[in-house]
Amino acid sequence: MNAAALPARRRLALSRTSRQRELVTPEGLSLPLTLASRGSRIGALLLDIAFLVLALIVIVVVLALIGINLAFAVEEQGTGPAVELMVVFIILLLFFARYGYFLAFELGPRGATPGKRLLGIRVAARDGERLTAEAVIARNLLRDFEVFIPLAYLMALPSGEVAGSGVSGWATFGWLMLFLLFPVFNRDRLRAGDLIAGTWVVEAPRLKLAQAMSTAPDHSQDYRFGPAELSVYGEHELQVLESVLRQNNPEAMREVMQAICRKIGWQGGAGYEREFLEAFYQALRGHLESGMRFGKRKADKFS
Amino acid sequence: MALNIFTRKAMEAIPDIEAASLRSDRFRLEREGDWRRLEAIVTALEKGRVRRIADEDLMELPVLYRKTASSLAVARETSLDAATLAYLEALVRRAWFQVYGPRVGLAGWARRFFTGGWSASVRALWLDICIALFVMVAGTVVGWLLVAQDDNWYYALVGGMDGGRGPSATREQLLETLEPTASAQGLGAFAAYLFSNNAGVCILAFALGFAFGVPTLMLLVHNMALLGAMLYVFDQQGLVWPFAAWLSVHGTTELFAILLSGAAGLHIGRSMVFPGTRTVMASAAEAGRRAAQVMAGCVIMLVIAGLLEGFVRQLVGTAETRATIGGIMLGLWLAYFLLVRPRAGAGAEGAP
Repeated sequence: MNAAALPARRRLALSRTSRQRELVTPEGLSLPLTLASRGSRIGALLLDIAFLVLALIVIVVVLALIGINLAFAVEEQGTGPAVELMVVFIILLLFFARYGYFLAFELGPRGATPGKRLLGIRVAARDGERLTAEAVIARNLLRDFEVFIPLAYLMALPSGEVAGSGVSGWATFGWLMLFLLFPVFNRDRLRAGDLIAGTWVVEAPRLKLAQAMSTAPDHSQDYRFGPAELSVYGEHELQVLESVLRQNNPEAMREVMQAICRKIGWQGGAGYEREFLEAFYQALRGHLESGMRFGKRKADKFS
Repeated sequence: MALNIFTRKAMEAIPDIEAASLRSDRFRLEREGDWRRLEAIVTALEKGRVRRIADEDLMELPVLYRKTASSLAVARETSLDAATLAYLEALVRRAWFQVYGPRVGLAGWARRFFTGGWSASVRALWLDICIALFVMVAGTVVGWLLVAQDDNWYYALVGGMDGGRGPSATREQLLETLEPTASAQGLGAFAAYLFSNNAGVCILAFALGFAFGVPTLMLLVHNMALLGAMLYVFDQQGLVWPFAAWLSVHGTTELFAILLSGAAGLHIGRSMVFPGTRTVMASAAEAGRRAAQVMAGCVIMLVIAGLLEGFVRQLVGTAETRATIGGIMLGLWLAYFLLVRPRAGAGAEGAP
């Protein structure tokens, strides 16, 4: 691990701890929750807008093609009713796109729009109760006003066609930005809609269960580590080692083995990196876990 | 066979428990079957495939959920396998969202909504409705008085979008704007446009309530001042009655919806200014959920108002018929909101 990477990692860890929340379920079980980062929420919003615009373009193009065909087909009788039906459909479609898309998806069992789902986040009730339909409606009724209108305003800004200038223009700007930037100004990253609905947006990753680590061939007879060698490292190093083993990259494994050997004063044999690391991992984990059972924990090599 | 959908890919992957040399891994391997079974059920639930899940599995979901949750609690204290801990946390969270997820579907929610939920939440907003009504009446009066003083106020309020109903219009021109159209052609699009426009205004009125309700009131005053100004213009030519009748066809429904959405916005604003004994956040959340129910109803009212305005008003000619329709609609809404009450216990949702 080089020196430059450390502060970045610390910052990331710090940002994660500031997003950790504890949720107490109705039966009294405490569940850790991680709030979605602002970046992932913006990303999800942009993805959703992209999906929405794409879908609208496709639908409108298809409708236009149908409309042109219709116009040619029934030129004599007049196309009044068909065209009118299409206009009605388009108006209602735009209304639905503006107010209904987010609502419909967030009412579903995943509590997330496609954009949110792709980024592994979802809507949840803040108080640990179930997420009700009313809450989802409430948070989405405000979306138009606090997200879409300010965004449209921002996009129209460079063209200079925004109504109002001088003081009133700045007041409008400040007012709209206040809502758009609302999630920046509070600890729980709530937007105004979340505030009045009693919801928040949390991470909801879907993880696969990885292989158990100690089912690998047992090499504890070939490599015998004593307490002095095992007490060098703590839980953090164990988890780094775990991720190195799971990634199974020969280059990284060789480096890690050399680092460990330097630390404990061993000679590492080339070609046996994985064997050595697996044995060391199992021994270290056994050592630390038996400490845990007696209430002794060692966070990292410095503690 | 309850397990058949899981056995295919999940079950055979679990290695022999004795193969693991670490105690915490043996703990994990012993319970892995339950975890994977829970994961399969939760995944199916998330995809909305409830029917595909065997009854026994669904019955066992709460048990599996609690087993897995307790596995997590034990693993946190005994295991240092980061990947397993992360998996368990994610799985328990996903299961929790499903176990405590919304129990009623959209259909169930709609049934509860129409058979009392909506009217109950409207009644709960009575104070806000009174305030909003007062503000709306005041706005109308202000609009009237302003234009009575100076015609220029009319243009300032209404702008160019008056459809030939300005103060300079003659009696004949004004009467013409109230005439029904000859055929129903184009009215569908008109109705859809009206609905989408009005619903946008209503949602805005609601959303502005977040800023302590003040902008909502301003929006109500502004919209009603328009009405007051128009009433004055028609009154000058002695046409208030035909105009009011023309307006009432859809107006009783539409203005009622605007009243309710304004009241809903105000309700949120008021709950944040005067949270009572609760925290501001809790108070706002409670008010928001109640107001959201009212707002869902407002959208429905506006669909009806759009249809009335687009079709009925344009096709029905005489002032009396128009006023009767408007009056009946108002009566229906009032009766619905005042008389429909949720059945005892229907609104309560217990924890599973």
